[in-house]
Amino acid sequence: MSTDTSTNETIGEINKYDFRTESKAVFKARKGLDAQIVEQISEMKNEPAWMREFRLKSLEIFHSKPMPKWGGSIDVDFQDIFYYLKPTDKQGRTWEDVPQEIKDTFDKLGIPEAEKKFLAGVKAQFESEVVYGSLKEDLVQQGVIFTDTDTAVREHPDLLREYFGTIIPPNDNKFAALNSAVWSGGSFIYVPKGVKIDFPLQAYFRINAENMGQFERTLIIVDEGASIHYVEGCTAPMYSSESLHSAVVEIICKRGSRCRYTTIQNWANNIYNLVTKRAVAYADATMEWVDGNLGSKLTMKYPAVYMLEPGARGEILSIAFASAGQHQDAGAKLVHAAPHTTGQIISKSISKNGGRASYRGLVRVEKDARKSKSNVVCDALILDSKSQSDTYPYIEILDQDVSIGHEASVSRIGEEQLFYLMSRGLSEAEASTMIVNGFIEPLVKELPMEYAVEMNRLIQLQMEGSVG
Amino acid sequence: MSHILRIENLHVSVNDKPILRGVNLVIKFGETHALMGPNGSGKSTLGLAIAGHPNYQITEGSIWLDDVNLTELEADERSRAGIFMAFQRPVAIPGVKMADFLRHAATNVRRPDRKEGEDLIAMREFRKELKGKMEQLKMDPEFARRYVNDGFSGGEMKRAEILTMAMLSPKFSILDETDSGLDADAVRLASASIAEIGRDKMGLLIITHHDKLLEHNPPQFTHVMLGGRIVETGGAELARQLHDHGYDRIRKAYPDAEAANQQMLAKEEPLAV
Repeated sequence: MSTDTSTNETIGEINKYDFRTESKAVFKARKGLDAQIVEQISEMKNEPAWMREFRLKSLEIFHSKPMPKWGGSIDVDFQDIFYYLKPTDKQGRTWEDVPQEIKDTFDKLGIPEAEKKFLAGVKAQFESEVVYGSLKEDLVQQGVIFTDTDTAVREHPDLLREYFGTIIPPNDNKFAALNSAVWSGGSFIYVPKGVKIDFPLQAYFRINAENMGQFERTLIIVDEGASIHYVEGCTAPMYSSESLHSAVVEIICKRGSRCRYTTIQNWANNIYNLVTKRAVAYADATMEWVDGNLGSKLTMKYPAVYMLEPGARGEILSIAFASAGQHQDAGAKLVHAAPHTTGQIISKSISKNGGRASYRGLVRVEKDARKSKSNVVCDALILDSKSQSDTYPYIEILDQDVSIGHEASVSRIGEEQLFYLMSRGLSEAEASTMIVNGFIEPLVKELPMEYAVEMNRLIQLQMEGSVG
Repeated sequence: MSHILRIENLHVSVNDKPILRGVNLVIKFGETHALMGPNGSGKSTLGLAIAGHPNYQITEGSIWLDDVNLTELEADERSRAGIFMAFQRPVAIPGVKMADFLRHAATNVRRPDRKEGEDLIAMREFRKELKGKMEQLKMDPEFARRYVNDGFSGGEMKRAEILTMAMLSPKFSILDETDSGLDADAVRLASASIAEIGRDKMGLLIITHHDKLLEHNPPQFTHVMLGGRIVETGGAELARQLHDHGYDRIRKAYPDAEAANQQMLAKEEPLAV
């Protein structure tokens, strides 16, 4: 066996994911970030000139932008990171084509098994590249494209170029610029008009090497009347030094379409997770983000929906769990840019063992977006006196004829709730876990059954040892 | 079965304020005891102290279930030893379904040595049992899918408590005003349910102001509490007398206890669950 399953006592909470694979990279760019590295990545990928220019321009923007002064403290040495690591020469169409040690990794994470059971398609990314991809044959026949973004640059250049970087341009923020300069992998999805995909498509992102930065780039185009549910999972083993995950996800929901994007992230506790996710929704389209954030040292992530035409809907359901040494600065952003648009944000955060969970959200209603409705509910549950929860709700309303609601609650696990459950035979730990599971139930019930089970299991792991 | 719940010289304080001042009470398995007394006399406090609420400090005396000293046990251990209390105002646990809660609770109570993470009662077996009990209590099966006490009416809360009692089959149950806040029909239903589930199958301590509950569940013993002590004990006729004529006779007969009761009422209300 080439996988090392030794676990580290101090991070027992995530030990299922904390194994490292001894994997020989086919190519590893040297550490550090400069124009030469960026050109090298582009050259390795054999990219057209426009993409190389896009990357170099983005690198300049990255250098020109200061670090964000809000959110969490980001202590990253950008020169001490590997920006590109190619684990294998070719992408597998069957798991047998994938190098054994990488296949072992995904076996352990349960991906091939899930694929057999309930997925319509899978992408598995290891370090910088997608190493496995599949899509059900009937979807291929209907014209669905589900590939990695690098392949899309080569095989679907016109479609990709029409949208790439239009929803989140490189100058949007410092980390979007970084991703634009060094991006690699990620999913490219096109769902043709009227095609409804019944089962989820899943991508799994695995960081394996130390000091590795992962910068996948995902672009999803849902054409008129089409629908899709896309799920991503993310994990990494624990190393002594920090790693960086900085993705960009752009989604276009055309008239009458529907897209749900579900994330269950369980990064190791030393990953900086700085991700920009944004969708645009046209007339009568619905975009839903379901965002589960566990693990990481610092997560800054605010999935956004821009509702551009009447009847568009945006829903964001977000949960954050912050434990010792973790800061989850998560939230949501809704922009009502047309009349009769509807938005909803439900945010649930849990902090324990000195963790810090923040909700940061923006609801903006543009002038003339009359008759728009938006509702924000954010609830925080604090499990002990060492832990912290903050709420930063921003609301900007430029039109008078709108309806905006906001409710926030912060609660500690109630003594009375604990006593009630204990008086029915549950131990203090079981009672706490039950209260937390109840707290996140509104989110878990939105997940497909398999993910709901996984989510509950992850919460259980996070809760272990939390009491007494 | 022969079990005994024995309360000896129990003194209980809440936030360092004494509430119970030496309660003695013995309940045998299969007996029904009524506990009556004016507001603030310490009835709920006695129940909560037996159940093991952490805010109810036992400063003197002890509570024994057979040869186990309950005062040394946490609330969950007491529950697994066979103690149950139906609360006056049970708290809501949003997001937790009744069925999941009851399956977890029943497993722990039936297998007191179960380690955390070990299997629960098999789903099929449990569902069948729960369905049977709910039919017996004339409850809508949909109830099992609702969140624990969340948005329940007063009547639903009390019935949920009785259902929990039915599923846990404790050795001793304390029913804290399980008839309060209910209309006449609901009281009748709750009383009949308690009789069906509890009578002769456990020891019952019924805290009540009303006589309907006791009509269905005639007590062998009635205790009157005043000023944190049991001042008088009689049979079923004592409960009737108190219900018809109130506590004036008791207040006059025990001036010291009455003074203590007035003193406690003047202080802040004890925490009620």
